[in-house]
Amino acid sequence: MSGVFNILIVGIGGQGTILASNILGEACLIEGRHVKGAETHGMAQRGGSVESHIRIDGEYGPLIPPGHADLLISFDLLEALRYSHYLKSGGRMVVNRHLVLPTSVFTQKLAAPSEVGIATALKKFDLCLLDADKMAAEAGSPLSQNVVMLGAAAQSIPLKPESLLEAVRRLVPKKTVEINTKAFEAGRDFGRTC
Amino acid sequence: MERRYLLGNEAIAHACIEAGVDFVSGYPGTPSSEVIDTLRVQPERSYHVEWSVNEKVALENALAAAWCGIRALCTMKHVGLNVAADPLMTSAYTGVTGGFVVMSADDPYAHSSQNEQDSRCYAHFARLPCLDPAGVQEAHDMIPVAFRISEEFGIPVIFRPTTRICHSKGDVGLGDPVKSGRKGEFHKDPRQYVVIPVNTRVLHKKLNEKQPAIRKRLVELGLNRYEVRGKTAIIASGIGASYVQEILPSGISFMKIGAYPIDEEWLAGFVSRHEKILVIEELAPEVEEIVRQVAGCVPVCGKKNGYAPYEGELSPMVVAATMEKAGFLPSNPFPEITPVENLPARPPILCAGCLHRGAFYAIKKVFKDAIYPSDIGCYTLGLQLGVVDTTICMGASITVASGIAHSGEPRDVVCTIGDSTFLHTGIQGLMNAVYNGADMTVVILDNRITAMTGHQPNPNTGMTACGMDTPSVSLEAVCRACGVTFVETVDPYDITGMVKVLEDAKKRSGVKVIIARQMCVITARRAGIKRNRYTVDKDACTGCGTCVRFGCPAIEFADELAEISELCSGCGICEQLCPVGGIIREGKR
Repeated sequence: MSGVFNILIVGIGGQGTILASNILGEACLIEGRHVKGAETHGMAQRGGSVESHIRIDGEYGPLIPPGHADLLISFDLLEALRYSHYLKSGGRMVVNRHLVLPTSVFTQKLAAPSEVGIATALKKFDLCLLDADKMAAEAGSPLSQNVVMLGAAAQSIPLKPESLLEAVRRLVPKKTVEINTKAFEAGRDFGRTC
Repeated sequence: MERRYLLGNEAIAHACIEAGVDFVSGYPGTPSSEVIDTLRVQPERSYHVEWSVNEKVALENALAAAWCGIRALCTMKHVGLNVAADPLMTSAYTGVTGGFVVMSADDPYAHSSQNEQDSRCYAHFARLPCLDPAGVQEAHDMIPVAFRISEEFGIPVIFRPTTRICHSKGDVGLGDPVKSGRKGEFHKDPRQYVVIPVNTRVLHKKLNEKQPAIRKRLVELGLNRYEVRGKTAIIASGIGASYVQEILPSGISFMKIGAYPIDEEWLAGFVSRHEKILVIEELAPEVEEIVRQVAGCVPVCGKKNGYAPYEGELSPMVVAATMEKAGFLPSNPFPEITPVENLPARPPILCAGCLHRGAFYAIKKVFKDAIYPSDIGCYTLGLQLGVVDTTICMGASITVASGIAHSGEPRDVVCTIGDSTFLHTGIQGLMNAVYNGADMTVVILDNRITAMTGHQPNPNTGMTACGMDTPSVSLEAVCRACGVTFVETVDPYDITGMVKVLEDAKKRSGVKVIIARQMCVITARRAGIKRNRYTVDKDACTGCGTCVRFGCPAIEFADELAEISELCSGCGICEQLCPVGGIIREGKR
């Protein structure tokens, strides 16, 4: 168990969590390190809450036990809170300041959580909160928000930034390499300040 | 050796190419689908690959290919093996000449399934060897071995990964692709291939005679192995073995079971060297039963005496708790942590613009107090809309509907079934309902693709697994051929039109079929079909909530008024529902 670095990426089906986890996996390959992961497919994908586990230097099982994630990357505020028990004490949380209210809130008339309320609840963690949508748009495409998120988390990930960036270049569509490079750097600059 | 970060199913597919597979068939089902989805998009293919109409059809096709001496793979999810069980059981008797691997992917915890059955039990039942990988690399490495075992013993081999193998990832060392160049050749031998009683009795004996040598070979191949390190031992299989290895204290012996049948003599030799045994395995106590048979007076901890759960999937937490309880760990390294409570759930949901939501709305509007049997697919999510009363297995909506209709239940029966499911095993039910004079309405939700498993084409799509044009089945003609006289095709985006047809059907007796046809909204987007989005006229909106109750994820509520988000795909149904004309179409995009 010791020596493994556990990253949990969470979000909503369709937000690009799988590409983000593939980039981390590819970066591990670039550095010649073992990596294990697990993700959500099938029924759970349709707009549901999704999770990707990535275990850098992992040699055995693909799942991170609750309380053992070194880093939690969340593409949505509510999902960050939902999975916060996975974070180990002192673990880092990188969260997109973006809230998609689940349809259940409207159809079942549940109390709608607010952006401010969730952000306050997350304050007890070592938190980096960013507007990845806006930063991605500034980099040239809203679709690059997953790369912005990785950039913002980069300083907490035990992989060289050059390996991460090389993995980004290998895995994103060719036409978008420049945009995604910008997105990664923008995220990284922001990550250093929070 | 090339290393890549791959999904378990991608690694399995790659291993099949390395093993020079010649023939691949299957029916999509989570968590198995990505094996064929990977094989069917390879730029250079030296094998036949097809999505078959169901698992029985797939298995018979692949079996016949293996009878012709080539290497065949058949993939399905665990419950698909029920559909294919008829040919599977007897294929053990006939055996094969080419290597034949049947991949049946189990889904412990039923992440995306109707039950938690264990394919190892089928292997046991059919007396077929079964390989049970503990990780992605091992799943990859087992495939060529599975083909070799199949060829050496002339027997089909079951390969049983689970969700946490199929949908987990790892850095995988790959071998080189192989083009076998094999061509099938069928050698007539009625004593092997015609299972009339006089032949099958002999074949059954031959099958049983193969067993001892198979058991020994699985040990020789290192699929079942152990290390003696102390007086107590853990015996583990599948993904459970990986979880154990991660936290196994030194001084405890470890046996890893990767294949069945287990050699009892070899197992007994290991067990007798220990004072206590703990068995860790997912789902059925397959290993534990055999361990108990050979254990004598050595105490065994497992499912049968309450140390490990029978249900659900194993996890690092479950395995650690079991090891602690049985005295194999001084304390639990993964104590339970309570998640934040009372957060609104985010379950999977029908997409914005999904045709099924429109069809369900129309059904509910016309048949207010009816029984709604349904089936397996995206549309099972209609449960959230109150229009799914039963789901049991593929194709069972129509049969359940006719059973209820004949039971004396006075309410109307309206069942829903997707196009792929209808072609899988729905047609027989329809024929039966007409033949036996049921009074019911069948709505075929026709999105022209198999969507929940990831958009695999089917005979209705007009395209093969590899993207070749092929004749598309006429659902209307099939229904008419079954004897249905009322067959109407509607557009579920046109609520008024669909309601009218449903009202017509409601007045008639007999079996009525309504085909609700519209492209899957995801396929439509990928095909570049763009529809204008809709927006709320804030001055007209009264905040009545009619649109929100429709359950579309694009419709939200803010400051007591409706709001349509960018998720809108332009189906336009909400415009038809709004009682005050408060939803309007935006300009072109």
